[in-house]
Formats: sequence, C-alpha cells, structure tokens
Amino acid sequence: MAEIAIKKKRPKNLDLLSIRLPLPGILSIIHRISGAVLFLLLPVLLWLFQSSLASPESFATFKSVVGHPLIKLILLGLIWLYMHHFCAGIRYLLLDLHKGIDLESARLSSWIVFGVSIAMTLIIGAKVLW
Amino acid sequence: MVNRIVVGAHYGLKDWIIQRGTAIIMAVYTVIFLAVIGAVGPDSFEAWRGIFANGFMKFMTFLFFLSLFYHAWIGIRDIWMDYAKPDGLRLLLMIATAAVLVGYAGWAVQILWRM
Repeated sequence: MAEIAIKKKRPKNLDLLSIRLPLPGILSIIHRISGAVLFLLLPVLLWLFQSSLASPESFATFKSVVGHPLIKLILLGLIWLYMHHFCAGIRYLLLDLHKGIDLESARLSSWIVFGVSIAMTLIIGAKVLW
Repeated sequence: MVNRIVVGAHYGLKDWIIQRGTAIIMAVYTVIFLAVIGAVGPDSFEAWRGIFANGFMKFMTFLFFLSLFYHAWIGIRDIWMDYAKPDGLRLLLMIATAAVLVGYAGWAVQILWRM
C-alpha cells in the first residue's frame, strides 16, 4: 500500500511565467545569475584591472573607459550583482550553520540581503563612480 | 528503506567545503579592499598602483583571485550539471570553463607581478 502512495502522480508546474517565487527564491536565482554574469565578464574585468595598473598611459585609457556614462551605469549594475552575491552568500553561510532557518527568519534575512546590497551599491557608486 | 552506501567516495563534500572556504576568503578581502579604498581614496595612478605594490595587499589580492577562480569553477560546474544534460556537451563546457579559469590565474599573476 505504501508503494502505491509513493507512485501516485503529483501535480507539477514548470511554467516559468506562472511561477511566483517567494522572496528567498528570487534571492536564490539572482545569486546564481549574478555568479554566472560575473564569471562571463571576468575577461573584461581582468582587462580593466590590468589597464589600471600596467602604465600611466593604460591608466589614462582605463580612466576614459570607466568615465563613460553608459559604462558607469553598467559598472553600477555589476557592483550590485557583486554585492548581492556577497550578501546572499553570507546569508547562505549562516543557513549552513542553522542560523535563521525558520520561515519567518528566512524571509526577514532575504529582505535584509536586498536592502543591504542595494544600499552598499549606492554608497560605493556614489564614492567611486560619481 | 534507503540503502545508500556512503563509503569510498566523498560525494562532493570537498567541493562543498572549498566553495565556502573560498567564499570566506573573498568576503574578508572585500571588506579589507573597501576599507583601504576608503582610507587611501586613490585618485591618481601612483596612489592606485601603490595599493597593489604593497606586499600584504599583493598577497591578499592574489589569494582573492585564486579563491575567485576556484569558487567560480565549482559554481559554474554546478550550473552545467543542472542545465547541460547531454554528456558530451556537459563535458565540453566543463573543460572550457576549467581551461579559461586556469588561464585567468596565469593572467592575474602577470597583472600583479609585472605592473
């Protein structure tokens, strides 16, 4: 009898457009997407880092590239991706230690991750980019 | 009843620990880096280069890069395992990922020691 119960078909919905993720789920998928985007942009970021350090001439090139308004906007976006990955990662480390695993705390800590990462992005953007 | 034999292999425990160890190293570096930038406020080439000419920061930056590349290897490999189902494609993507990350590590050495 137990086997029949296990084999019973359960409803499955994988329609991405109709799924409404809870906040910790949104945090989780952004954690993955931010990691993937930062990985894909590593050659560009390493090139920028190299330009900033290699010589006074390459530093001038670096300055003019990151001084472009559109590039600044993209960099602000990348800073947010990094800060989200950073804050969400710390939350996951705490979850690994069984800190805040009940539903209420998990929701609250998700709000904190979004709030802190956006605030840090704005502060860093204001100090470094503008 | 589940009869899963869990001896002999480690079922990803090593990667799980490295993922977290490298995360902690990068998190600590992020705080140090932001503190240094905040304190120095580098607005010239000399000031910016001076940060990474310092032995401690050079060491920490290199450690950050190595942690980043190993961390990225585990994370991106997990993404391929989730979404790239045909074995050949998955193997190809994993090899390509490992290859570029090893290359980036060499590049990072060059940036830090040839500046």
